Amino acid sequence: MGEPPQAVRRSPLGHLAAELRAASVPGTVTVREVPFVRQVNVRGPGGKPFPAEPNTVATTGDAAGDAAGDAEGDTVLVWLGPDEWLVVGPGEVPGMPGAEHESVADVSAHRTVVELAGPAAREVLLKGCPIDLHPGVFPPGRCAQTLLGRAQVIIVCVDERPAYRLFVRASLAGYLAGWLIDAMREYQCHTY
Amino acid sequence: MLLIPCPWCGPRAEIEYRYGGQAHVAYPPEPAALTDAEWAAYLFLRDNPKGPFAERWCHAAGCRRWFNVLRDTATHEIHFSYRAGERP
Repeated sequence: MGEPPQAVRRSPLGHLAAELRAASVPGTVTVREVPFVRQVNVRGPGGKPFPAEPNTVATTGDAAGDAAGDAEGDTVLVWLGPDEWLVVGPGEVPGMPGAEHESVADVSAHRTVVELAGPAAREVLLKGCPIDLHPGVFPPGRCAQTLLGRAQVIIVCVDERPAYRLFVRASLAGYLAGWLIDAMREYQCHTY
Repeated sequence: MLLIPCPWCGPRAEIEYRYGGQAHVAYPPEPAALTDAEWAAYLFLRDNPKGPFAERWCHAAGCRRWFNVLRDTATHEIHFSYRAGERP
């Protein structure tokens, strides 16, 4: 008997971590993968705490108020459709009060998260994203499902730096990372 | 490029959508009672007006919901959109 096989968890962009670090320009725009974020897809009639307003996020938990969902116990509820939400973060998945039918599916392996932050982050996204990301329209707490380059993404604005979290399918993450690295290349040469 | 208003997400570019053909084509209540010609007409025959046309669109890259749009086939003007199940 040899050694038992070791379970090794690999994130979709783990092999590109060095490239993403090299593409980041601190103070202008930085990019990194936030791997292994737990995501749960919930469908049903809604109700508090699930946000009813389209394209918004709500935060529950101890450290409520930050739309990133990193803090232990923090949960971010992302609007995906009139009866569909994505619950992001390690906290408890809230139930729908009085719901007769709801479906709850762990989809953590479906997407990985890319965080793009810095004063030039919005400009980078605008190179391949057809929606209005002006802070007056898309401030922290807003989300959108749209296309970035040729990839479908969920964009969540998490804070005012600005910082955006891009939820992208695992199979398209390599493409999106390459697209972002290319879109960020100009900031290597000139300061913002 | 059309700017199509999704009833849920607001105006978005045409590339986020899939086209679904004519709207309000009801499924026959008793398909087995139809003749072959009537069934073929239900499956394949659609209106082709020059002017306002109610059609189905799916916000494929967004909220993934089907909805209806009244679009002018001659000018591409989009008069309005409304949710599935609603009547204009």
